[in-house]
Amino acid sequence: MSVGDYIRNSQIWRSVFRHPAPTDRRNRVVVMLTNFFLHLHPVSVKQQGIALSYTWCMGGITFFLFLVEALTGVLLMFYYRPTLEWAFYDIQALRDVQTLGIMREIHRWGAHAMVITVWLHMYRVFLTGSYKPPREFNWVIGVLLLVLTLLLSFTGYLLPWDQLAIWAITVGSNMARAHPFLGGEGPGFQLLNMGGYDLITNASDAKFLLLGGRFVGEATLNRFYILHCVAIPVVVSGLIAIHFWRVRKDGGISQPL
Amino acid sequence: MNPHPDLTSSVIHGLGWYYLIVFFMNLYWTVRSYKVDGEFASGVPVVGGLPVAAVWACISSVLLMISVAHFTGTGSPDTFMIRLPEFFKNPVDAFFADPVVYFLGSVSLFVFMVVFREWWVKDSVAWSLLQASLIFMGLSMSDYDFRQIVGKPDNVPIVAMLFIVAFLTWIYFRRATDNDRRVAEGRPLFEQEDNEKVLVWPDLVYTELICMILLTALLIFWGIGLEAPLEEPASSVKTPNPSKAPWYFLGLQEMLVYFDPWLAGVVLPGIILGGLMAVPYIDFNKAGNGYYCFKDRWFAVSTFLFGFFPLWIALIVLGTFLRGPNWNFYGIYELWDVHKVKAANNVNLSEYVWSLFGGVPTGSDILTILKRECVGIVLVLGYFFVLPPLLGLTILRRFFVRMGVLRFLVFSNLILWMAVLPIKMVLRWSFSLKYIVGIPEWFFNI
Ligand code: HEM
Repeated sequence: MSVGDYIRNSQIWRSVFRHPAPTDRRNRVVVMLTNFFLHLHPVSVKQQGIALSYTWCMGGITFFLFLVEALTGVLLMFYYRPTLEWAFYDIQALRDVQTLGIMREIHRWGAHAMVITVWLHMYRVFLTGSYKPPREFNWVIGVLLLVLTLLLSFTGYLLPWDQLAIWAITVGSNMARAHPFLGGEGPGFQLLNMGGYDLITNASDAKFLLLGGRFVGEATLNRFYILHCVAIPVVVSGLIAIHFWRVRKDGGISQPL
Repeated sequence: MNPHPDLTSSVIHGLGWYYLIVFFMNLYWTVRSYKVDGEFASGVPVVGGLPVAAVWACISSVLLMISVAHFTGTGSPDTFMIRLPEFFKNPVDAFFADPVVYFLGSVSLFVFMVVFREWWVKDSVAWSLLQASLIFMGLSMSDYDFRQIVGKPDNVPIVAMLFIVAFLTWIYFRRATDNDRRVAEGRPLFEQEDNEKVLVWPDLVYTELICMILLTALLIFWGIGLEAPLEEPASSVKTPNPSKAPWYFLGLQEMLVYFDPWLAGVVLPGIILGGLMAVPYIDFNKAGNGYYCFKDRWFAVSTFLFGFFPLWIALIVLGTFLRGPNWNFYGIYELWDVHKVKAANNVNLSEYVWSLFGGVPTGSDILTILKRECVGIVLVLGYFFVLPPLLGLTILRRFFVRMGVLRFLVFSNLILWMAVLPIKMVLRWSFSLKYIVGIPEWFFNI
């Protein structure tokens, strides 16, 4: 008996995987049904549906990049304090001092890549007409995921707290000031007043809500940190789960009828 | 020492490797071409009867020589010969350093891509286009200013994205034209051939595993090779010029040139997202569900491609690579000179109109304001409220009948919103038009 077989027949191995190695047809079916991670997939699929030239694997790559971001992001959190005093220097130290120094690089390039792949995934879904019935709603969930991916990237952009960061966020968040009705410099904000007092001022408008202040400052850093590390990832994970569920329930990856 | 050297010895070295890779790509293609392309027709002068591969062999050997020259040059980098000549750079900068030419160029490219799809998806054509763009990139890298902007760590993914998008678009049009032909001839679709059920283990899980390993390797190499940028610590008093949003929002930032923030930053993004979500509910066409095709969905696909290429990707490229200090437009080989001035003397529609009637009415009460802007207001209301029904009764009648009132109104409004940016661009360029409706008193400018 080879070492491999010995291991695969041991009680420990079998307690974890509950079935022999997937080398024959039966066990290849069983593995898909019993393994938690694999059960995201169906047991069998149409050959053309999983062809690389059909899906470009872009949804899968986006998901993988999301996982990479989660992992490297947690590692970065060990080294990073979101305060004006430390944020910049913690990032600087990552490069100069820490052993896992390329975690920041992987996290940043992974984030850029994820933005690109999510567009390309949408591009593919459009070009194969996969948003057509019965998959309309999954497309809508997809658009939400697209927005949240961009917001994840946007909120993360501030965290290094360097010149690039705060000015990019300043440019971006100035838009909120111009929100119709809800921005202190947007059309129609004067209409929201009570007994002569403006409800929307630059200390109570959409930009203020986003930044936690009139300018990009410590409160903004805190807000963006929480959005970036907790709030948005949680929502994205939930939506991805629904997205995958719906891919299966809508009949698997689209194919000609 | 020149502070902005076009070439340094490390750049020359890097380009040597670059051309070596391009050489190997073309070597592969020579072999492939020898196997599949056959010979030139015997009637063609000079090359008649020669294998097509001979051309590729010539190109490959030139590339090899270029590459070797980069490694063996011993003189000072300033005298190295293989670089873009000024007589090429200057006209390119002069001609293209202009948003009008750039935007119209990207629209023409889009039209070309759709109309000549049968031609450019051919293997040899697509390959030639790829090689041309690689050589263009290589040569351009010998320019200091080009390298400055393209080589910025945060911009590297954008360059990569351009190549990937081009490649995937090639796949799309290739498979779509193939399927279009199949449909016309009554043959089964490509996706319907060999479409047996297969087990996910091993067919899919192994693909995924390999994909993950390759991606991990890519990210690690990328992470080691390219340092993430970290500039000076944040300072709220030192405003950088230009201040740019993150690159994926630069299409929106570019819209700020033409629209006020409430439109460019809030309403238009909202409409883009709402419009995307609405797509499945307004596209009533049943064809093309689950396979690549163009002919049977030409309207939907062209609209989407128009939004994706000229209005999104091209604007990101514009914002990233071509917008410099003061949001001025700079050529790809041009120095970002802070003092470049561009006279912007834009005029509101109301000023045009009232100059015919003896001057703009003054006063800040509601009635005067409305009177002042009445032409613009009528135009805008007409655009969004009168035009849709008119379109529905005339050229878009076919859609109106299939869609019903509500869906048609949503659809036509979305199409009109999509046209808003190009329209405003053209008005700006041709009439220096600032606002169609300009009511700064209420922050309401269109
Ligand atoms: C975080 C972002 C996203 C992730 C992780 C993700 C993941 C996936 C995966 C793994 C699939 C299976 C097929 C494939 O790989 O192509 C899929 C399918 C699909 N996705 Fe996404 N997706 C995301 C965003 C989007 C977006 C932005 C859209 C569209 C606006 C979208 C619409 C769809 C649709 C309609 C399908 C079904 C396609 C078919 O059956 O052919 N998704 N998604």
